[in-house]
Amino acid sequence: MAIVYQKSAGLTDKGLHYCPGCHHGIIHKLVAESLVELGLLDGAIGVCPVGCSVFAYKYFSCDMMEASHGRAPAVATGIKRTHPNQAVFTYQGDGDLASIGAAEIVHAAMRGEKFTTIFVNNAIYGMTGGQMAPTTLIGQRATTCQSGRTVEQAGMPIRVAEMLSTLDGCVYAERVCVTDIANLNKAKKAIKTAFQKQMAGEGFTFVEVLSTCPTNWGMTPLKANQWLKENMAAYYPLGVIKDKPISAEVK
Amino acid sequence: MAKELWKGNEAIAEAAIRAGCDCFFGYPITPQSEVPEYMSVHLPKAGGVFVQSESEVAAINMVYGAAGAGMRAMTSSSSPGISLKQEGITYLAGAELPAVIINCMRGGPGLGTIQPGQGDYFQATRGGGNGDYRTVVLAPSNVQETVDFVQEAFDIADLYRNPVMVLCDGLIGQMMEPIEWRPVPKRDLPPKDWAANGRMGRENQNSITSIFLDAEECEAHNDRLTAKYAEMEEKEVRWEEIQCEDAEVLITAYGTPARIALTALETLRAEGIKAGLFRPITLWPFPEKALHTLAGKDHIKAILDVEMSTTGQMLDDVRLAVEGQKPISYLGHAGGIMPTVEEMIEWAREALKEVK
Ligand SMILES: Cc1ncc(C[n+]2csc(CCOP(=O)(O)OP(=O)(O)O)c2C)c(N)n1
Ligand code: SF4
Repeated sequence: MAIVYQKSAGLTDKGLHYCPGCHHGIIHKLVAESLVELGLLDGAIGVCPVGCSVFAYKYFSCDMMEASHGRAPAVATGIKRTHPNQAVFTYQGDGDLASIGAAEIVHAAMRGEKFTTIFVNNAIYGMTGGQMAPTTLIGQRATTCQSGRTVEQAGMPIRVAEMLSTLDGCVYAERVCVTDIANLNKAKKAIKTAFQKQMAGEGFTFVEVLSTCPTNWGMTPLKANQWLKENMAAYYPLGVIKDKPISAEVK
Repeated sequence: MAKELWKGNEAIAEAAIRAGCDCFFGYPITPQSEVPEYMSVHLPKAGGVFVQSESEVAAINMVYGAAGAGMRAMTSSSSPGISLKQEGITYLAGAELPAVIINCMRGGPGLGTIQPGQGDYFQATRGGGNGDYRTVVLAPSNVQETVDFVQEAFDIADLYRNPVMVLCDGLIGQMMEPIEWRPVPKRDLPPKDWAANGRMGRENQNSITSIFLDAEECEAHNDRLTAKYAEMEEKEVRWEEIQCEDAEVLITAYGTPARIALTALETLRAEGIKAGLFRPITLWPFPEKALHTLAGKDHIKAILDVEMSTTGQMLDDVRLAVEGQKPISYLGHAGGIMPTVEEMIEWAREALKEVK
């Protein structure tokens, strides 16, 4: 019998702890497959965040480190600078990256650190039970903005990919989602491109993946998928935000 | 070996390079900025990595990443910056990563002063970060000791897979002194087969983490750490006793005040007052047993703890060790004001009058 589908060698056999309908698992799979297909898995070193993906080190089969909340880009800097020929990535949620770790991600991008960040934006704090994140949409309810986020109280949500793309050191920024096969394929292509550019030594590469949190959004997985497409994708436009050509001269 | 004149902070950086420091991550702050400055020039030449981080928080986390990948990593700062590193230090301890941290102490609290201070004793020895953990704290009192300890610190860190702090005050960092690059004791170090440096064909995956959500697992982890700390307490404790054999008045001090106390000792002895100095070299582990034994000797009549701190911090450890056997007084200054020889002498005379 021919094998038509197989779990990626980039993942371990450990059962995932994510809630039903959560996109974290799908995103793990895409990262793992990309590393395998690019032949980077064996030397890869990943950094996982504080957030629902805190145990990602149990799921990826490459070497991994668990960073403190928001500091993964600093940890990855320490790794990549001392291991310049190996693939290094951070995997971070939106509370982790856009709130507490805002300084670390901005400065890693500014320095053009040659690692890849996979930014999982689910517009909420998942692990701690659904509090407002900097990415929570206006009107979206969370346990710390129970009638919905307002501009007066919390400002407008942050578009991280756009913000980082203003920095010269960031050579690639794309926003994707994994709600359906077409988008899943695009997401994988983006992740692979980011790793390729990292390994070519071009600079900091960033893939923002819009993601669901059915549990804290209070929705079924299907409803969450639909909500993401209708609401998140409307505020966080999908597509390549920055792709600096290799030969671009730094003036 | 020929003596060379070195400024404390530059000597710290050079000592680290000689000890095989692979990478340095730091952020400017007076009075330690000469460490990153020296590193930025000389570490890359020695094949190492220098990064000026965006903050002390980032610096210690860069250390975490590099140390987790098996490198000899170091950061340095001064008091307010060390406060910011506390989160990183508890993660290093929790994930059992070796690292060397230099604190060139200034006065506090808050922004305080850029003058030398010793107000970070509690932070260094009790752990300013969360959870049950310990860091070995080496407290040199001159530039020679500083360069020796910095070199040794890397070995101690690697041996126990634990952060080690070299705690000096700003005076030592800023002072120039003749030193020699003498060999320091080397340890037999285990291979870093735990490092997450990429599998590269390795059978098993390595991961660096400090999270243990399962209660039993977390307690077992804490028990293992506690056993390690007990081993360090037994094997790494260091102190110096100067003219303590017949001393009637005993001064306890570390770092710069211990140096000043040496002059006080000379003057007091010349006057016929038998004075001695007990100088803890490791602040953690604190030489508790040694001080307890010494304080229990009949010839010791009174004890004076001297620090560059107004509240008295090491004083707590001195009291715990002495256990009420002898009266303890305290002399402390802050803001960069040094305890003086005259103050120590005056105290010694008074103390003897009272007990005799
Ligand atoms: C210093 C610190 N502050 C707060 C927390 C508590 N905490 C754990 S996870 C988390 C938020 C995670 O949210 P996000 O990054 O959006 O990831 P998600 O869980 O949604 O995947 C917070 C605030 C912590 N562990 N450490
Ligand atoms: S809480 Fe939300 S983000 Fe966390 S695993 Fe569940 S669905 Fe996913």
